[in-house]
Amino acid sequence: MQPDPLPSSYAAAFSPGLIDPGRGTPDIVAGPNGKAAVKRYNVYRNNVTVSLIDALAAIYPAVQRITGVDFFRAMARFHVRETPPVSPLLFEYGRDFPAFIETYEHARTMPWLADTARIERAWLDAYHAADAEPLGASTLAVVPPDRFAHVTFTPHPATRIVRSPFAAMTIFAANRGDGPIDTIDAGTPEDALITRPAHEVTVHRLPPGGAAFLGALTSGRPLGEAAAAAMEEAPGFDLGAGIADMLAAGVFTALDLEEMT
Amino acid sequence: MNAKAEFHVASAAQALRLPAHSVAGEAGTSFKHEHLAAIFADGKPKGFFEVHAENYMGAGGPPHRALEAIRRDNPVSLHGVCMSIGGPQPLDRAHLARFKALVDRYEPALVSEHLAWSTHETTFFNDLLPLPYTQATLDRVCDHIDEVQEVIGRPILLENPSTYVTFRHSTMGETAFIRAIARRTGCGLLLDVNNVFVSATNHGFSALDYLADFPLAGVGEIHLAGHAAQADDEGELLLIDSHDGPVADAVWTLFEIVIGRRGPVPTLIEWDSNIPEWPVLKAEAAAAKAILDRHARRLAGDESHAA
Repeated sequence: MQPDPLPSSYAAAFSPGLIDPGRGTPDIVAGPNGKAAVKRYNVYRNNVTVSLIDALAAIYPAVQRITGVDFFRAMARFHVRETPPVSPLLFEYGRDFPAFIETYEHARTMPWLADTARIERAWLDAYHAADAEPLGASTLAVVPPDRFAHVTFTPHPATRIVRSPFAAMTIFAANRGDGPIDTIDAGTPEDALITRPAHEVTVHRLPPGGAAFLGALTSGRPLGEAAAAAMEEAPGFDLGAGIADMLAAGVFTALDLEEMT
Repeated sequence: MNAKAEFHVASAAQALRLPAHSVAGEAGTSFKHEHLAAIFADGKPKGFFEVHAENYMGAGGPPHRALEAIRRDNPVSLHGVCMSIGGPQPLDRAHLARFKALVDRYEPALVSEHLAWSTHETTFFNDLLPLPYTQATLDRVCDHIDEVQEVIGRPILLENPSTYVTFRHSTMGETAFIRAIARRTGCGLLLDVNNVFVSATNHGFSALDYLADFPLAGVGEIHLAGHAAQADDEGELLLIDSHDGPVADAVWTLFEIVIGRRGPVPTLIEWDSNIPEWPVLKAEAAAAKAILDRHARRLAGDESHAA
């Protein structure tokens, strides 16, 4: 009988090889009656790597459909080994994956892939975000017209905006299902609004100026400043339609009249 | 540390939030969202549903709608997968707080976790990893279970693992280790019969000997699942706890033996990948339920004869 080693040593010895295939089998483990444990330990290596690749595939189904399964899994394997999860909540995993895709050599011919991934990541954040009742259309009616410019809003916990110099929103929408895909001009810049107005996550393409408008509002700036930011970016920005759309999409949960005194 | 922790009784306000559904003598299935419509179309199925706690640790959204819907009409078993109770480092307090919040919110009929670890330092490995069985690891595991039970205010069921390796410096057998944990912490046990069969095959011991040595009186839930076959370095059979198919005949046989000795306990069909249509899962649970009912009738018959 050997003495108890430090209680922490087994995890320290067992862990490194789980995501580093270059390491051998830890010498603290064995099969029964001294049998070898190479393939046995490899079961754990395989469980860890495959389950984490599966987790990324579940978060990024459109990216996987675009690249094909083999390409995706090879790319994901690199990322899993480089950046394993630091939370036991797998729906929090993969936040660095879009940035990884951007630098992944074999994905350079698909410059829009990272932004497509960013929309998928935002989709999952919206899916798990806290429940909150979106601001009703009638709430805005109580604001006196001369105070309109000073109103500020509280964003819904699910609200996300992803801006892209590519047609990431169209590419995302076309690849989330398994239907046929028309030709997409990937070079068209698109801004996506991700919200959860009722029970389901929705993704809308914002009109020119829309992302500047909602970006200003979600960062707490008043309506007047947000409208100015939108018009600066897109002089033809339709403020009335922008407000109607944001209410319908459930971007906000409350408006603040405090500064109206 | 001292033996059984004292558990606080949930306040009346909490107890009134959701109806209490009895899980006694029932068979259940893993709850998969893709089955929700079929489950409701089925009417109100008897039995219980088990969920992995971590899937419901998001702040809100559709997962909670689904769990609320299933919890209203059925008993729910909350099965934690990531607490890393078997790890050497302190428990993740934030994770434990999330686990407690789920226990408070959904008032599950059963609460369970694993004799395993999944996090080392800051890395989460997403697998149930094995630990050596020594006095030092026993002390640590007991401290962790004490902590979990004190925070959530009720005892947990601890699940026996399936393993592929042993540790050279283990000084205790698994059943002795588990028996000591149950005695010191007051926790109940989740006996995974498939895990017993998988480990027995992988390590060359007798599943029947293991079960004879297992503290069956403490078992509050049973797991049944499918496994897959591979080979070890010597080309001999190595079973993988894959949860991706029907329960094997040998596991059904062991289950029948356990229920014969222990009497009916809530029994779950675990199926986590290659998930079949709802009727297939339901049929596996019905097969378990038939065995539970047969032994319940036998015990009732024994009692009426005695009277």
